[in-house]
Amino acid sequence: MAADILLDINNIEVVYNKTVQVLRGLSLSVERGKIVTLLGSNGAGKSTTLKAVSNLLTLENGAVTAGAIRFDGDDISRLTPHGLVRRGLFHVMEGRRIFEDLTVEENLTAATFALSGRGLKPTSFDLVYQYFPRLFERRQGRAGYLSGGEQQMLAIGRALIAQPSLILLDEPSLGLSPVLVEEIFTIIASINRDLGVSMLLVEQNAAVAFAVSHYGYIMETGKIVLDGPSERLVKDDDVREFYLGASGGEGTKSYRDIKHYKRRKRWLS
Amino acid sequence: MSDLLFFTEVTLAGLGSGALLALTALAFVLIYKATRVINLAVGEMLMLGGYLFFAFAAGLGLPAFAAIPLAVAGGGLVGAIVERGLIRPMLGENPISVFMVTIGLGSVLVGLVELVWGTDPRALPAFMGTTPVFIGEAYVSRKIAIAFVVAAVVIAVFLTLFRFWRGGVALRATATDQAAAYSCGINVPGVFSLAWIVGCGTAAGAGVLLGSIGGISPAMGVFGLSALVVVIVGGLDSVAGALVGGLVIGLIEAWAGTYLGGEYKLVTTFGLLLVALMIRPYGLFGTTEIERL
Repeated sequence: MAADILLDINNIEVVYNKTVQVLRGLSLSVERGKIVTLLGSNGAGKSTTLKAVSNLLTLENGAVTAGAIRFDGDDISRLTPHGLVRRGLFHVMEGRRIFEDLTVEENLTAATFALSGRGLKPTSFDLVYQYFPRLFERRQGRAGYLSGGEQQMLAIGRALIAQPSLILLDEPSLGLSPVLVEEIFTIIASINRDLGVSMLLVEQNAAVAFAVSHYGYIMETGKIVLDGPSERLVKDDDVREFYLGASGGEGTKSYRDIKHYKRRKRWLS
Repeated sequence: MSDLLFFTEVTLAGLGSGALLALTALAFVLIYKATRVINLAVGEMLMLGGYLFFAFAAGLGLPAFAAIPLAVAGGGLVGAIVERGLIRPMLGENPISVFMVTIGLGSVLVGLVELVWGTDPRALPAFMGTTPVFIGEAYVSRKIAIAFVVAAVVIAVFLTLFRFWRGGVALRATATDQAAAYSCGINVPGVFSLAWIVGCGTAAGAGVLLGSIGGISPAMGVFGLSALVVVIVGGLDSVAGALVGGLVIGLIEAWAGTYLGGEYKLVTTFGLLLVALMIRPYGLFGTTEIERL
């Protein structure tokens, strides 16, 4: 491919506590300027993939034991987690992980450390408030008192402050109402459009993930089983059945038939 | 009338020693806030600060204005070495193991000081003058007055830094959520080192002040235990708690020691600790989250 690859994950394996293998030869890549989504059921290893990329695995006793991850051409294994952020790779972690004791503004200030040593002009907080006006109203309040949706906005706002070239988004829809999910994803799409930031998006909500992404990967038990441009994946029969909840249209089927037999036949054999 | 004057003098002396307690408590708070480690060697760092000052001022004959910064810097250097060599490899281990390491470190420091300077108590070279200070009619020892002012200024500076300096935000962010701090580009190991350096430097500075009032001895690290009471009452992660807790404990110790007799000093202090913990298990100003040790 002649395309401009920003993130390239090549055949990685991840093991926790030197005993539990979670990723088994996973490969994917993110083109510059694109939103790529990574779908999969619980425990497939989606969050682990993101942590492997942002080098936060070591905090949880995990390690990449094989394969390589290259960000912007450099092997990331030698970089510290904060060093990676300072090169433009920002990880918005699952469960938002805002600093609850700090005010909204201080949360954004904390993210300005991502600009250290990059010679960039500091981002004005106005950029964040432009996308998320609600945060402006509550900028002096403690972040812990924000609603779930506002906390997710703050988590994405921190990423904006860091002026990244790639944002890893781990389940931004988690625990949010459908209306809020739509609002947040609209903003995610417009951030990608306006600022040209690439994103690797991990989701359980496949419908909304396909709506904003250009390309998709589907993973099961530690590796990719299917990938393609989002518009093609949306039409794929298996994806429709397992991730978008469409019925096969052939009357009632036993749950076991669908879930196990068909999957094994098409993807794993 | 003279009773009232006497009470005022006791109170002022109590505030003076309370300020020193608060300063020492600050060392606990700084290190705990950033690294979630209760450093029981703070008392010994304080003692080491006193001896370093003694070495620079009496041994090398340096003037006080040079010896004090050197003693504080020496404390900070030891803090940096301890953090890199002992604490960082232990991060993520059982908190009790880390806790035990700091206890062991305390004993090692006492032993080293005894090897170098012997076990006899010594007086520090006087550098504050002896002219007493009078507030109204009440008499205050000049040393205690100076110690109070210094401690108050240092604590005020820290409070301001935490609120308005970007590095203060980094420290509080690291304390709240390490992984999230990393993800914001904060150099988390750097924050750890800085907290230990500043914490141990503060303890060493408190040691110089304390030593100039009461002399130095290898056993003076026990003062750290009173300061530990302060941080537990005030909240392990609260600078304001260290300040208020220090002053309160200092006052209560002074009043109890004067009016009830010296033997009541510890009883009242620890009685207060028990009551405070029963009412607010996480300290008066601490975050509502209990560290299990």
